[in-house]
Amino acid sequence: MSEAHATAADTGTPESTRVRHGKLVSQVITLAHGGGGKAMRDLIDDVFISAFDNPALNTLEDQARFQLSDLARLGDRLALTTDSYVIDPVFFPGGDIGKLSICGTVNDLAVGGATPLYLTCGMIIEEGMPVETLRKIVASMASTARQAGVQIVTGDTKVVERGSCDKIFINTAGVGVIKQDYQLGAHLAQPGDVILVNGFLGDHGAAILNARGDMNLSSPVESDCAPLQGLIQAVLTAAPGTRFIRDATRGGIASVLNEIAQSSKVAIEIEESRTPLRKEVKGFCEILGLDPLYLANEGKIVVVVPEAEQDAALSAMRAHEFGEEATSIGQVLTGGVAGRVHMQTGFGGKRIVDMLVGEQLPRIC
Amino acid sequence: MKYVDEFRDPEKAKILINEIEALAETLHSRWQRPIRIMEVCGGHTHSIFRYGIENLLPESIELIHGPGCPVCVLPMGRVDDCVQIAERPEVIFTTFGDAMRVPGSKKSLLEAKANGADVRMVYSPMDALSLARKNPDREVVFFGLGFETTMPSTALTILQAEAEGITNFSLFCNHITIIPTVKAVLDSPDMQLDGFLGPGHVSMVIGNDPYAFIATHYHKPVVVAGFEPLDILQSLWMVLKQLESDEAKIENQYSRIVPEGGNDVALQAIGKVFRLREFFEWRGLGSIDHSGVQLTDAYLAYDAETKFNVKSIAVADPKSCQCGEVLKGVIKPWDCKVFGKACTPETPMGALMVSSEGACAAYYQYGDLKKLNVRLEVEEEVAVA
Repeated sequence: MSEAHATAADTGTPESTRVRHGKLVSQVITLAHGGGGKAMRDLIDDVFISAFDNPALNTLEDQARFQLSDLARLGDRLALTTDSYVIDPVFFPGGDIGKLSICGTVNDLAVGGATPLYLTCGMIIEEGMPVETLRKIVASMASTARQAGVQIVTGDTKVVERGSCDKIFINTAGVGVIKQDYQLGAHLAQPGDVILVNGFLGDHGAAILNARGDMNLSSPVESDCAPLQGLIQAVLTAAPGTRFIRDATRGGIASVLNEIAQSSKVAIEIEESRTPLRKEVKGFCEILGLDPLYLANEGKIVVVVPEAEQDAALSAMRAHEFGEEATSIGQVLTGGVAGRVHMQTGFGGKRIVDMLVGEQLPRIC
Repeated sequence: MKYVDEFRDPEKAKILINEIEALAETLHSRWQRPIRIMEVCGGHTHSIFRYGIENLLPESIELIHGPGCPVCVLPMGRVDDCVQIAERPEVIFTTFGDAMRVPGSKKSLLEAKANGADVRMVYSPMDALSLARKNPDREVVFFGLGFETTMPSTALTILQAEAEGITNFSLFCNHITIIPTVKAVLDSPDMQLDGFLGPGHVSMVIGNDPYAFIATHYHKPVVVAGFEPLDILQSLWMVLKQLESDEAKIENQYSRIVPEGGNDVALQAIGKVFRLREFFEWRGLGSIDHSGVQLTDAYLAYDAETKFNVKSIAVADPKSCQCGEVLKGVIKPWDCKVFGKACTPETPMGALMVSSEGACAAYYQYGDLKKLNVRLEVEEEVAVA
């Protein structure tokens, strides 16, 4: 393959800016586009730089450079995270791999209380991908980044032979800054705290399973994929005593709740009748024998707040476009078996909600 | 959800539970022992755990989770056969999702897939047939699994393949039939059961008559039950009612789905394509006569066992596994030596730990809180000591 298209910038030295006029001629991505030569330059100029366009990126140095003093004004700790995105299908109802790769990393920063600032973009592309498809994915990344208030400041592209990857893999790493006041952690939940979520659960998981086409359901469920930094900042401002926030991605809210129960050594009880589920997702799970508590979300967070701040946190969430259906689903118990999560079923029974083992597999009958 | 929520109404449940408690108390004081009712079908086991029904019942009622989870009773040797077929380069091996993790003696289908076998999850045998249409240069094998519930769709798929002249499709047939197995459970000397919840979806196909012997010969009540939580409670109540008045008959609680005589079209398709095997091996229960089916001679061209010359080798269950005793209700899952230790959903030794319909996995994951807490306390005490 090739050397990286390592593009970055020094905002303080504009003389390092290279003249950019590369125009991509080819209709499909070939191994040449990862070869380090003119084809790769054209790809970077015409597809990436033009879409992501920002001063740090445009200088095309091997690394992005930041003034420490600028960062220090925003808080006292740096937050750093990375995530790789592989998804089939690449385009799905409610989003695509590009949008996902921004939201996921932005959310991973934001749930720690950080203001997300800069992202990297590493791409592994399977040869033969139409350039138009790549442009669509990159455009989606650019517009989601704008929505999330972050800049994509450096990147890398590899092209691999057909069959060596499934169309496209994206890695984004992100940097943010955490304000002095915020101290969040999975080990901080206390008896009496309440468990909040910002809306309908399981939409992403159901949308992806359905989009794979095996089921041929005409279900209109869309992925909930969304950047949540605004919502999270609103919650933290309204409820400064917030103990913990986590985005409930793979493994669903069940996995997040188990992590809280185990780290904080507390018992958690949720109520089935209060877990918000769209009727389409409910029906989907009924048919396949899946448990919506384990379905992935890409725009949902679990928030643990002291009971006294419940109302403030909920109103802040409900005032936000990604939290209109926010609700409380349960609480941290005084007593009970530490590390255990259980659910009061809508039917009046009680059952344990354990960690997911492996992948959820549809039942035979 | 319409037509579903009505069957999950907690208020109606309370009324039923009060009546169940009263009946259970009468029977318990009469017998001075627990009342033991087996739900035959894995679908019922799943619902019982999912809705926490065991926690709602009085302690004098013991539910025994029967052999009706087709994934759970699949013996290791058959999984080995699957892997052997799936690893052939020309084969696309198709299966229902929850069979992927069942351990063979060397590996599961999921592991075979990771090692390069082309194993694909499907939702119906018709999906497998359309794969065969799309891949004429490959051999598509469908892993037929399940009781009379799933037999008709497999049978119709074979008939469809024949009608279209598709020759690159075959069936690895592991369909089993419920009646001989219930009989084997009833004949087992260590078995003490007072009544049964009959499998609703199986009955939808075969009707209610085939269970008559349970009432006439063994004098045990059977209530064919639906799968919603109120269905299950009502069926339990009906069993208790029969026990209270010393009756033993077949009743149909699931009459909105189950016709008395079964489904003629489905039965005809089954009769045309399948015949009984002399015997079939069940995990934990051993070999049971006439409990499995295979393709009739007319359809041998669609039989994967013949096509790929599969030489089935029976593999004994791991010695420490007590799946059989759990299946028969002789011991509870947590009484098994390996439960939660060597055998967990992550590293299942027995198939009861694999499927969410399996009693062990259900106890492990959904848990009977009361009993599990007792167990946890015992473990803590042991740890402290």
